[in-house]
Amino acid sequence: MLYFDKVSKIYPDDCAALSEVTLRVSPKEFVSIVGHSGAGKTTLLKMILAEERPTSGQVFFESADIHSLKKQEMNHLRRRIGTVFQDFRLLPNKTSYENIAFAMEASGRTDEEIESDVPHVLELVGLSKKIWSFPRELSAGEKQRVAIARAIINQPDIIIADEPTGNLDPINTHEVVQILKRINDLGTTVILTTHNKGVIDSLGRRVVTMEKGRIARDDKEGRYSL
Amino acid sequence: MFWINIKRVIKAGFVSFWRNGFVSLASVLVMAVTLFVIGSVIFLLATLDASLSDLKSKVDVNVYLTTTAAEQEILALQASLRSLPEVESVEYLSRSQALENFKKRHENDAPILEALEEVPDNPLSAVLNIVAKDPGQYEAIAHFLKSDDALSKDQQVIVRKVNYDDNKTAITVLSKIINSAQKLGLAATIVLVIISIMIVFNTIRLAIYTAREEISVMRLVGASNKYIRWPFMISGTMYGVVAGVLTLAVFYPLTYWLGEATAGFFSGINVYHYYIANFGEFFGIIIGSGVFLGAVSSYLAVRRYLTI
Repeated sequence: MLYFDKVSKIYPDDCAALSEVTLRVSPKEFVSIVGHSGAGKTTLLKMILAEERPTSGQVFFESADIHSLKKQEMNHLRRRIGTVFQDFRLLPNKTSYENIAFAMEASGRTDEEIESDVPHVLELVGLSKKIWSFPRELSAGEKQRVAIARAIINQPDIIIADEPTGNLDPINTHEVVQILKRINDLGTTVILTTHNKGVIDSLGRRVVTMEKGRIARDDKEGRYSL
Repeated sequence: MFWINIKRVIKAGFVSFWRNGFVSLASVLVMAVTLFVIGSVIFLLATLDASLSDLKSKVDVNVYLTTTAAEQEILALQASLRSLPEVESVEYLSRSQALENFKKRHENDAPILEALEEVPDNPLSAVLNIVAKDPGQYEAIAHFLKSDDALSKDQQVIVRKVNYDDNKTAITVLSKIINSAQKLGLAATIVLVIISIMIVFNTIRLAIYTAREEISVMRLVGASNKYIRWPFMISGTMYGVVAGVLTLAVFYPLTYWLGEATAGFFSGINVYHYYIANFGEFFGIIIGSGVFLGAVSSYLAVRRYLTI
């Protein structure tokens, strides 16, 4: 489903964020990427969203080379990818409902679909009571759940979660991971980066360990080992 | 889907205008100041224009004809003067009218009237009063009057005197002043308008700078450029409309208050009457500039952040 073919990213100051990374992610997989800060995890994820361009190598989504897509095609691709970030990245002037509705509007869904799906997904992440709250009125854990709801609303093929538990307490961390697991069980590919040993060890899924822009280990049922 | 999208972006524009209250207020105020400057420039130009044309109309040249000149010949000369492209108007004052005017002017001056009685014939000559379209053109008109074209049919000289030569210096200076005042007015207008546009553009750029994160999030959930851009442009348009209405509302009491003063100044126009009479144009220019500035500034400002 996703294939990194010898991808390198070298920043202008000759600092190599990624060097010759080759990685394959199959459909319905749950892949955790671990590594120290600066190991290249976030750069790797940004490549999938075309937020960053590789200096050399290619990134394929199914059979499409992501970085040779036209703008219009890129928008379509992004609608098939759900994203969750450490800093939530919610639209501050929109309520929970509107944040999720925006993602649906962007992919051209009708008002009827939005009215029926948004409350449903908020219920799924346990936020039915906060439907009209603005992000500033939500706790970190609640914000992250809104972000997850937004990421899954368009039934994406893949969810990218960049340290989603970085700002959360242990209880919220556990809940967020459980939600991601459930999403994966329903057939969505999940790529997760994290620093959290407990999260990795409790998952018992594939773990890719990165070090200095390279893949150091790739274990089928890995544990956190840094 | 097209109409649904239109409805959605308009709604999003309105909602963000309302929810970003403080940013909207600041942008509206800055824009209102800009539109106020643009409006004031219009008043200034109108007053300047009125004063200058009043000044221009006060400059004229009198052609004194010989007392023997026949009325027919004078009328022929008037007609040929009128046909000159430089001439705005030519007024004919016959000898008897000149005498009447003279008597009226001196009606309290007995010695002069008595002296006039002593003269057997009307001593005054007929006058052609010429107003040129531009004060710089009197030279050409005076030249024409000295040429053979101004002679009567039988080559008689009927022009006794042209007072242009007496007033030449004054006319030249005045025409220079009028020209430079017009140029200065135009330059000041252009500079003020450019400065105002830059201020508005930068204010809106700052307003949108605060939303750059939002724009990147919208990109990442797959919203198209148009779908991101339009709500910002609608907010920008609303800044323009609200600021325009505010400016038009401020001009009403302001011109009312200043109206008398400006009417007495030079021969200036009463700005209040001018405002009321030309309200349609003011409305169009102020609201139009506001909408145009708001929409274009927003378009350019958002474009920067749509590159991801």
